[in-house]
Amino acid sequence: MLAELGLAALWLCAALALLQLLGGALAQREATGELAALVRPAAIVQGVLAMFAFAMLLWVFAVTDLSVKLVATNSHSMKPLIFKLSGAWGNHEGSMLLWVTVMAMAGALIALIEKRLPEKTMQATLASQGFVALGFYAFLLLSSNPFERLPIPAIEGQGLNPLLQDIGLAFHPPTLYFGYVGLSVAFSFAVGALLTRQVTPEFARVMRPWVLGAWVFLTLGITAGSYWAYYELGWGGWWFWDPVENASLMPWLAATALLHSASVLAARDALRTWTIMLGVVAFSMSMLGTFLVRSGILTSVHAFAVDPERGSFILFLLILYIGGALAVFGLRAGSVTEGTRFKAWSREGALVFNNVMLSAILGIVLLGTLYPLLTEAFDVRVSVGPPYFNPVGAIFVVPMLLVMAVGPLLRWRGDSWERLKMPILVIAAILIVLAAAVYFLGDMSVLAWIGLTLAGGLAVASFLPLRGRNLRRVPIATWGMVCAHFGIAVALFGMASESAFTQEKLAAVSPGATEQLSDWNITLESVDPVAGPNWTALEAKLLVSRGNEKPVIVAPQSRNFWAPPQETTESALLTRWDGQLYAVVGNQAEDGRWQLRLWWKPFVTFIWYGGLLIAFGGVLAIIGRVKTDLKRRVVKRAIAQRRSFEEAA
Amino acid sequence: MRALILFIAALCVSPVLAQQSLPPAPLAYQQLSDPAQEAAALALMHTLRCLKCQSQSIADSDAPMAGDMRHQVRSRIAAGEEPEAIRAWLVQRYGDYVSYAPTVSSTTWPLFAVPLVLLLIAGGILWSRIGRKPKNAGEAT
Repeated sequence: MLAELGLAALWLCAALALLQLLGGALAQREATGELAALVRPAAIVQGVLAMFAFAMLLWVFAVTDLSVKLVATNSHSMKPLIFKLSGAWGNHEGSMLLWVTVMAMAGALIALIEKRLPEKTMQATLASQGFVALGFYAFLLLSSNPFERLPIPAIEGQGLNPLLQDIGLAFHPPTLYFGYVGLSVAFSFAVGALLTRQVTPEFARVMRPWVLGAWVFLTLGITAGSYWAYYELGWGGWWFWDPVENASLMPWLAATALLHSASVLAARDALRTWTIMLGVVAFSMSMLGTFLVRSGILTSVHAFAVDPERGSFILFLLILYIGGALAVFGLRAGSVTEGTRFKAWSREGALVFNNVMLSAILGIVLLGTLYPLLTEAFDVRVSVGPPYFNPVGAIFVVPMLLVMAVGPLLRWRGDSWERLKMPILVIAAILIVLAAAVYFLGDMSVLAWIGLTLAGGLAVASFLPLRGRNLRRVPIATWGMVCAHFGIAVALFGMASESAFTQEKLAAVSPGATEQLSDWNITLESVDPVAGPNWTALEAKLLVSRGNEKPVIVAPQSRNFWAPPQETTESALLTRWDGQLYAVVGNQAEDGRWQLRLWWKPFVTFIWYGGLLIAFGGVLAIIGRVKTDLKRRVVKRAIAQRRSFEEAA
Repeated sequence: MRALILFIAALCVSPVLAQQSLPPAPLAYQQLSDPAQEAAALALMHTLRCLKCQSQSIADSDAPMAGDMRHQVRSRIAAGEEPEAIRAWLVQRYGDYVSYAPTVSSTTWPLFAVPLVLLLIAGGILWSRIGRKPKNAGEAT
């Protein structure tokens, strides 16, 4: 019954999305359309109904209603409640429903509160939202109905992949989806602005919180995903250039470029076309991220063929969305003037440089991700991995980071070399000294060497925009920038340090024996069986200590899940300020010794601390921008009031 | 020699059987005693694909086949073989797919051509947009 209510709500949502699309589109033709007045209410009701549908899905998962096919194939009555709920979106249909629900909620929100743009632009924006949402509803209703019933209810569910039964991964996909949705909203604003030829600084200001929000969520999602891979896969790797990872990285790269470009448009009325184009690209990348991952085509063209009907639908939607976005851009971009021009040696110049670099990096990741699929279609299989992405990416990353160090110091429109000679020479001196110092530190790869050097230089440079200013009067958004740029330096340091200084120890150890790794002493105390709600495991107790520290117990496990049956290794991590000890227990050899894998990874945690700092910087920027916008609105209202007073007098 | 037989056996029997009945090859989970050799082996392993996994190198995988390949790499390095010779041997066995380090060939040249083109395009955009002196700089609209 409740499942059917959810399904009915979805159909109504689809109808409302269609109304939104038609009303918004017709409003562009007529001076005042009657349908046009319905656009905002339709968006609001659609948001409420989509939430209702998603709540129904959560409910059938919470009570494990095994007559619903999705529950029977993805859940299990013995699972902890939190994983029952997260199972609702840990599958294809549920994740699509979550996506469109968040999208509908965002649509309702802008329909409710956004009053700054011309009404026609808003209607075009909501029409675009309706168009995107309609595709999702069609997909859900026609080819992946999450509420489908089984003719005969299952006796027990098939369970959720144990790798996904992890609190980090339960919230990883929604975080990314929030990011993707934010970029779709930004795209809708771009379409609205483009259709009504209102590419103004006001448009950039309205769009910016959505881009920033999307960017924060993507940053958090990528950071969490990387940490999850790090501790869950059990080999200490934190980034694999896996197509699925790349699918989340590409929207992030586009969003990073977009938010900087939108800042230029908001502040200086420059880069109009470029900002719109990045909006289109960011949306295309998030569609790629949403659909390619779900279609299975990324793992293999052959995996895709397992469900060709659904796969074709996905490809059709992708072509429709990306093609449509590019078509609107191509048709209308010519009518948008370029905006204010500026000198090369200016804040805008630096931002354009980095925008171009980010786009180039995006191009390389896209190429490296899709190229193997292309050759596979011709029955030639190639692998593109870290040995390709790292050096080729670095060609563009290194100049970008160097410009990032200097860019925030420059003034808008144009600046003089004289004014900036000192800070630039200071940064250069730091880089040279560090490069020499790191060179003598030990044997490491060229990229690690460059990374450590740049990280040091950037860490200092990121604070230079604050020099000579009264810190209490620095705008919050500027703090956000400083924080995010410093976060890049921190993350880079973590990456380079992990690559340069990691120490590995693989050993077969009998209980009671001690191993040495770096300056750690690691003693295997015992290996005992333990049991969880839906698994049993062998748990190793390792007594570890460094120097004169008090020994601590770390307990890696080798887990056996029974629904569905699968073996996973649960690594144990011991975090210190200067790194992490990473321990994994493997199989028992014939002679009774246990396989241990141990790593000491100096400063590896900085990778994720850096990610968090970047996201926090984004949050600060949102707060700062929204605050300024509210203040501006109050001032505007006061001026209008005074004017009407004067007129009356 | 026993290891080689095990390795070939592991390739012949079905993966499920290999997983259950055969102990891992000795050097799958054991480092070489010479740190320089181990470092060379590790660097090579990080650029070889685990054929049974999704986007993991053989240095990042629990799959039995990855273990056997690690054993191969370590024992060949210990025997004094050059890393690139081992890669060539593996590529000959499993095709280009096994190596993450792409070489320029008739099928992979776009991977290297496109970054060059991107460099040119990036340079071109920067030259045209901000390289020249703008005509109406400083004119606020």
